[in-house]
Amino acid sequence: MRRSASRLPWTLIVFLAMASVPWIGSRYDAFLAGQITIDALFAVSLNLLLGTTGLVSFGHVAYFGVGAYVYGILMKAYGVPFVFAFPAAGLGAALFAAISGYFCVRLIKLYFAMLTLAFSQIVWAIAYKWNAVTGGDQGLPEIPYPDLGWMSAIPGCGDLSTGARFYLLTLVLVAVALAILHRIVRSPFGRMLTTIRDNPERAAFIGLNVRAYQLAAFIVAGGFAGLAGALYGIFSRGVFADYVFWAKSAEVIIMAILGGMDYFWGPPVGAAALVWLNQQVTDYTQYWPFVLGSLLLILLFVFPGGLVGGVVAGVSRLQRIIAGRDA
Amino acid sequence: MLEVRELHKSFAGFVAVGGVSLDVADRQIVAVIGPNGAGKTTFFNLITGHLRPDSGRVIFAGRDITGAPPHRICRMGMGRSFQRTNIFAKLTVFENIQAALLAHHGRGRNFWSRSEDFYRVETEELLVSIGLQDEARTVAGTLSYGNQKQLELGIALTSDPRLLLLDEPTAGMSATETHDALRLLERIAGERGLTLLFTEHDMEVVFAIAEKIAVLHQGRLLAQGTPGEMRADPEVRRVYLGATT
Ligand SMILES: Nc1ncnc2c1ncn2[C@@H]1O[C@H](COP(=O)(O)OP(=O)(O)O)[C@@H](O)[C@H]1O
Ligand SMILES: [Mg+2]
Repeated sequence: MRRSASRLPWTLIVFLAMASVPWIGSRYDAFLAGQITIDALFAVSLNLLLGTTGLVSFGHVAYFGVGAYVYGILMKAYGVPFVFAFPAAGLGAALFAAISGYFCVRLIKLYFAMLTLAFSQIVWAIAYKWNAVTGGDQGLPEIPYPDLGWMSAIPGCGDLSTGARFYLLTLVLVAVALAILHRIVRSPFGRMLTTIRDNPERAAFIGLNVRAYQLAAFIVAGGFAGLAGALYGIFSRGVFADYVFWAKSAEVIIMAILGGMDYFWGPPVGAAALVWLNQQVTDYTQYWPFVLGSLLLILLFVFPGGLVGGVVAGVSRLQRIIAGRDA
Repeated sequence: MLEVRELHKSFAGFVAVGGVSLDVADRQIVAVIGPNGAGKTTFFNLITGHLRPDSGRVIFAGRDITGAPPHRICRMGMGRSFQRTNIFAKLTVFENIQAALLAHHGRGRNFWSRSEDFYRVETEELLVSIGLQDEARTVAGTLSYGNQKQLELGIALTSDPRLLLLDEPTAGMSATETHDALRLLERIAGERGLTLLFTEHDMEVVFAIAEKIAVLHQGRLLAQGTPGEMRADPEVRRVYLGATT
């Protein structure tokens, strides 16, 4: 009886609710939903480092950006179709993560964080200055939507705009990516990452090559961030140097912490909360960074385990109260 | 089993370990004693690869392991516990042991199966053997100090080591906890035919189970021999045992 709430297929319910947005919501709702969906993948990819492996990356946006640019360049300069350009964006970001990560995992704690930040600033500088390839400060505008005509064949989708169709495609791709990440986190490999998070010194002495595992996590996280970046480029109809600016790395860290980095679904909840808060606060005041900062402070103070941590603690407390009554 | 030859290690000019040699025979129980700051932990770190010696050799089971990384040395059959407890605090007791078994069996590259399904029986058995079966679902970081030490021993045992290095295994324990921990250690060492090398500050513990004692003082080996010889050695009595006997 008491456990029934946790047996509900929450992920399916949320997925269906998100999928219904193009039919029941406004255009603006669909815009927010797309933003949340992409940020959710970006935040979960970061959390593979932050919450699972215990690596604080201040430069995760670099891989998001590399993915966006790889997609944008392949699409605009070479006309590569989505089915190839999208995985290529993930692979490109993973490759860059392998190179930069090779150096980053040689450092620990704050030095690791600083080096990740340095790499992301390098990517930003390249994006900003290398006009011939990245478009410099003009970026790569007018990234076209992939061809989604085939979706007319799906019942109910015939009347949807291309934007709405792309949102549905994004939702499905993100769902698949999250399912894969979920499996990875629950796998023996993921378990090894959690031992490294808890105690790298001890982890080495159960026989783990700690740096190799950290690098593997870095590559996987970078690859999925790249996929999120590619989706974002299409979603925003362009790829710009702003995407790689360090502030976005801070934003995604906030999403993970706000939602709860000890929980797989924490970062997506954090992404939803931040996008929503951002939009609410911007509607009412121009001082939104200040209001947002204060709100976040309060939230983190009240829910040190993030929003999901708060809910979990609340539910188990409720259960204990009910159990106390039953006894 | 273990031969240590003339190990040296200094930190910025300060000699922490200055030319220590020690032999540990198969199935022997050897204690390294010495006051705080004598260099015991550093000595262990040099053997297990956590620190690289400035000079000297470490030969384990006939192989030169000097300067090899910890994970390699661990896989060759050396287990260790740490002076400050070294468990995986956010994982449950069960998951701690299970994770160590996964690592030992080289399953860490598997990124697609469910980790929960592996080595359940083996984990259960090991928990019974170290007496933590009732705490299987407890989050390790919330265990009592004595239980954390037990768990740490369990983690060290997952690699099925032939040589076990224990850095102050009873530090911070109450008298009863110490007693229980010793019984456990002796039983497990006997059952598994383990060679034990441990550091200890508690003389009772040392004389209760050690077959050989090495006395470390300011990074140098002052003397080594049987407990009886060490008790009789005038220099050892002067610098170390003087206060306690
Ligand atoms: N990483 C280090 N850097 C500098 N000095 C160290 C380091 N580790 C240990 N020492 C010094 O080496 C000496 C021996 O320390 P340690 O091996 O921990 O002794 P013990 O375990 O016998 O108490 C101490 O004086 C300590 O301050
Ligand atoms: Mg010590």
